Amino acid sequence: MMKTNDIILQTVTKVTLFVIILFSIYLFFTGHYHPGGGFIGGLMSSGAIVLLLLAYDIKTVTAILPVDYKKMIGAGLLFSAGTGTGALIAGKPFLTHAYTYVSLPLLGKTSLHTAVLFDTGVFLVVIGVTMTIIQTIGESE
Amino acid sequence: MSNLLIMPILIPLFTGIILIFFANSIKVQRYISGFSALLAIAVSAVLATQVYNDGIQTMNVSNWEAPFGITLVSDMLSALLVLTTSVIAAACLFYSFRSIGEDREKFYYYSIFNFLIVGVNGAFTTGDIFNLFVFFEVMLMASYVLLVLGGTKIQLRESIKYILVNVISSALFVISVAFLYSVVGTLNMAHISVRIAEAGNHGILTVIAVLFLIVFGLKGAIFPLYFWLPGSYYAPPAPVMALFGALLTKVGVYSIIRTYTLFFPHDIFTHDLLQVLSILTIVAGVIGAIAFNDIKKIIIYNIIIAVGVILFGVSIMTKESMTGSVFYLIHDMVIKAALFLIIGIIAKLAGTADLRKMGGLINKYPGLGWTFFIAALALAGIPPLSGFVGKLLIVRSGFESASFWGSGIVLMSSLFVLFSVMKIFMGAFWGSERAFKDEEKVPVKGLLAAPAILTAIAVLYGLGTEAIYPVISLAAETLTNPDIYINAVLKE
Repeated sequence: MMKTNDIILQTVTKVTLFVIILFSIYLFFTGHYHPGGGFIGGLMSSGAIVLLLLAYDIKTVTAILPVDYKKMIGAGLLFSAGTGTGALIAGKPFLTHAYTYVSLPLLGKTSLHTAVLFDTGVFLVVIGVTMTIIQTIGESE
Repeated sequence: MSNLLIMPILIPLFTGIILIFFANSIKVQRYISGFSALLAIAVSAVLATQVYNDGIQTMNVSNWEAPFGITLVSDMLSALLVLTTSVIAAACLFYSFRSIGEDREKFYYYSIFNFLIVGVNGAFTTGDIFNLFVFFEVMLMASYVLLVLGGTKIQLRESIKYILVNVISSALFVISVAFLYSVVGTLNMAHISVRIAEAGNHGILTVIAVLFLIVFGLKGAIFPLYFWLPGSYYAPPAPVMALFGALLTKVGVYSIIRTYTLFFPHDIFTHDLLQVLSILTIVAGVIGAIAFNDIKKIIIYNIIIAVGVILFGVSIMTKESMTGSVFYLIHDMVIKAALFLIIGIIAKLAGTADLRKMGGLINKYPGLGWTFFIAALALAGIPPLSGFVGKLLIVRSGFESASFWGSGIVLMSSLFVLFSVMKIFMGAFWGSERAFKDEEKVPVKGLLAAPAILTAIAVLYGLGTEAIYPVISLAAETLTNPDIYINAVLKE
């Protein structure tokens, strides 16, 4: 069988990939006060990786991103659960969050919130789970 | 506020997470999960004593005040169940070390095992009806994996049935919670109880009560919703079967107890319905238990009988019957876990679960035989073993409240239970000795430790009734008097 020519897809992917990932990071950070957050950001990031998988193949993608997605799930869970447990050390009920406002250069007045750490966990878990599922289905072909 | 009551949820959660990173080194997995299982027992014992001494413990997750945020509530019943769960989990875990096999261990068996315990302990501890749903889901997701892990034909077939049934019942669960929310406008269980009491006895509340009975009845296997259970529980290996049989159905039973005592204590229709269904459950279970010649099936049908007995006590709704039900609930969790583990050993020795193809095991394995014998007597409720007191209280309060038929059937069922387990004892241990194929490979002594300890606990539970009675009675007190629970949560 002749190999299909996906030069257009591959070229477009090289450009759009970064746009998608940047947008997913934007979605991730904007999530605290506006629509967005770890779940949707993670979903979009994994969308980018899936696009990469479609344009190339599993071997190339694992060469670019040598990540064990199952461990990524674990790391994400550790982040989220760890953030919740941090409250216990401070003597507050589980999952109580802390926040403060600081002035950062360039960004100005910014709120720093432990919910971001929790959301990082969600972000990682979503990518991990989506990619594990897709890879498992893809590998069996 | 006490963070102690979330520890029985957090310990298995973190264990499960950490074990993901050690998927390939079985030894590390075993050490970590073994240590955490023992730690969980210690912590839940401390929690139970604290609840006993200082009353109900509550914690508002994220520091949101009671009716608005999610509240975790540990009353005596839930603390006792969490303690029992921790003990059973530890026993099944140590049993798994020697029996579950390397393939499963490398495929996140211990992680999933711990996530299952997270779900079970969470369901026992939460004070929020939607959060209960969430913990149900955690538990179910883990149980799907445990059921299918290994991928034999029977497991795959039963998993499909099991997942279908549970997805439908979960959908119903959300629907009933939504119904309830649209009527009372709150999700906090204590607050729901207050609102329902204010609203009076409306027809819609009876509908919601019946919906809840269907949802929890599907999980707890009451008549006629138990149809999926004998098949699904039959498929997985012994320690998983023990976990399912001892814990999962009991979460359904616990949820019925909690909602029916807290939300609908005065609804006469639903309690009559519960009573009729529980009696039918006993009858259906008895028929199954004496009809089969398969040792696993016999014990599985005994789960259904026990569910019926417990819920019969709940439906009578007096303090004595509640005490009996709680007594019987905890007894049944321990003894069912022990029996399933023993059955697992027997089936492994004989290479089959068919009673007609085994015999004469008592000569080579007297320890196994006598442990099974004691566990069987305890299951049937022979005094002074653990099943006796619970059944006595349930039957006595049944006669006092003039439920003669039900009490009679509970009494009769004990005889049939005894008959069904003695059938196993006589079939597997008596008779002429037979040589089995894989007999030499089974490390009976190592495997027997866990069920033997559980049986010993059951015996002590029966002998120490006098000492345990005040604790159980305190649990029943909260159940019959919801104001205690409400005041502890809402602090009015």
